[in-house]
Amino acid sequence: MTESRQAVTGDLDAMRREEHDLVVVGGGPAGLGAAQAAYDEGVDDIVILERDFELGGILQQCVHPGFGLEYFEEELTGPEYAQQFIENVAERGVDIRLDTMVLEVTHDRTVYAVNDEDGVTEIDAEKVILAMGCRERTRDALDIPGSRPAGIFTAGTAQRLINMEGKLPGEKAVILGSGDVGLIMARHMHLEGAEVEAVLEIMPYTGGITRNVVQCLEDFDIPLRTQQTITEIHGNDRVEGVTVQEVDEDFEPIPGTEYEIECDTVLLSVGLIPENELSVDAGVELHSVTGGPIVDETRETNVEDIYACGNVLHVHDVVDWVTEESMIAGRSAARSLQDRVETREEPIEIESTGKLRYVVPDRISTVDPDREEIPLYMRVHAPMEDVFVTLSSGGEELTRTFERRAEPGEMVTLNVDSDTLAELPEPRLELDVVQREEA
Amino acid sequence: MGCDIDLEVEDGEILSMEGAGCIQGEDYAREEYRNPTRVLPTTVRVKGGVLPYVPVKTAEPIPKGELEAAVEELATVEVEAPIELGDVIVEDIRGTGVAIVATRDLPAAEEEPVAAD
Repeated sequence: MTESRQAVTGDLDAMRREEHDLVVVGGGPAGLGAAQAAYDEGVDDIVILERDFELGGILQQCVHPGFGLEYFEEELTGPEYAQQFIENVAERGVDIRLDTMVLEVTHDRTVYAVNDEDGVTEIDAEKVILAMGCRERTRDALDIPGSRPAGIFTAGTAQRLINMEGKLPGEKAVILGSGDVGLIMARHMHLEGAEVEAVLEIMPYTGGITRNVVQCLEDFDIPLRTQQTITEIHGNDRVEGVTVQEVDEDFEPIPGTEYEIECDTVLLSVGLIPENELSVDAGVELHSVTGGPIVDETRETNVEDIYACGNVLHVHDVVDWVTEESMIAGRSAARSLQDRVETREEPIEIESTGKLRYVVPDRISTVDPDREEIPLYMRVHAPMEDVFVTLSSGGEELTRTFERRAEPGEMVTLNVDSDTLAELPEPRLELDVVQREEA
Repeated sequence: MGCDIDLEVEDGEILSMEGAGCIQGEDYAREEYRNPTRVLPTTVRVKGGVLPYVPVKTAEPIPKGELEAAVEELATVEVEAPIELGDVIVEDIRGTGVAIVATRDLPAAEEEPVAAD
């Protein structure tokens, strides 16, 4: 009786309270990289809160190679990449709380977390780094008509089932979406003994990198059909098949092009969305294109002392860049804790125009004598060849870099060196992409 | 990332190559033409681990044509936890001379899993 009363009224005095310099929400590659960098910059009171039973995040289910080419200069699988950072944070004595769900982060950096052992803990954090990653878009996001049978999975769920739990989600699959996750799952389903009937892509081009198209589809004669989509899912208890249609330039299904594919499984690989529920509740402002927080070059959000990095900020193509970015966030949070950050009188606004969809960060608001250059990450709207990425300020072009190919699926990086920033005609930077012939 | 490389081939001999951005690209294109190989990533069953499967890979790339048979062979393998990253799971897969190695640490489960009520 007394116990249940306590639970209802919420006996706040019984709640565990702690104070820490840095709380990292999420123990995937971003959280691990941020914690490591913050420690190496001189902060030793760091807590990582992770809801899974182990660290590593989605990397643990990405058993395929292709990770680490930039950061480690060798080709690792996801678990191998993760393990390196798990060992790094363990060696540094970072406080790691597993099976721990963060319930809320407030705008003044109180973090509420819950686990079996401690119940609810209230942590007063000097700095918070958000590193919750992203999640997959589901059937709901696409409004595919038809019945609602079993057998419809996101590709990532299928990946976890196969690689970590040892369960094959079905025997005959159609995959919707040709991003890297969809391509890799096509190969995986095939190798695990399922038939992959087709990979369908609504765009005229694949969303994945060329290597994956070759090694995941062409190697096994799995057809990639572009400008096609699923317009109906059939089956009552279990998926029995799908109707596929060609689409026009406006992605509208073209009447008369319908055909059926018999299958028992549909894998959806139709995009990733940064997972920002906690951020929004904390008052963090989100970017309309990336779906992640709007940040400055230190990865600080509009809420003072709250930082974001990795796929919660914007979806990255390769984990190496998540690591690079999370280390910026970790280092910045540490320097700020140590009062080593010099704020600019006026922040430099960064804008993407024309053929660019977005750029991260959104502004440069500090001066850092130890920082030689600032990487700007951006994406184009549509595939382009032989282009220059241009960096201008007040109509004056400052620098340009040549890209033989720029695709929506491959992030473009441009590094601005600190000397350039020292003498800008206006406190703003504009980024665009121009065709070589036009330039 | 990556580049498009065009090969000119006559009677199985590479006459010329265009489009490679670096020497690795040239080597890759040559190999990809003569003897395409791949690293095989997959999983094998584990007894008594925190997870029922452990991820593994071929320590070196193996010929593309061997991938499917290698997966079939590995479906019959079961190892016992704990496992450490780099542990050799199979010494020579399909007579390729290439080992299958674990790609993560997998601790033993502290207690036997209890079926849900």
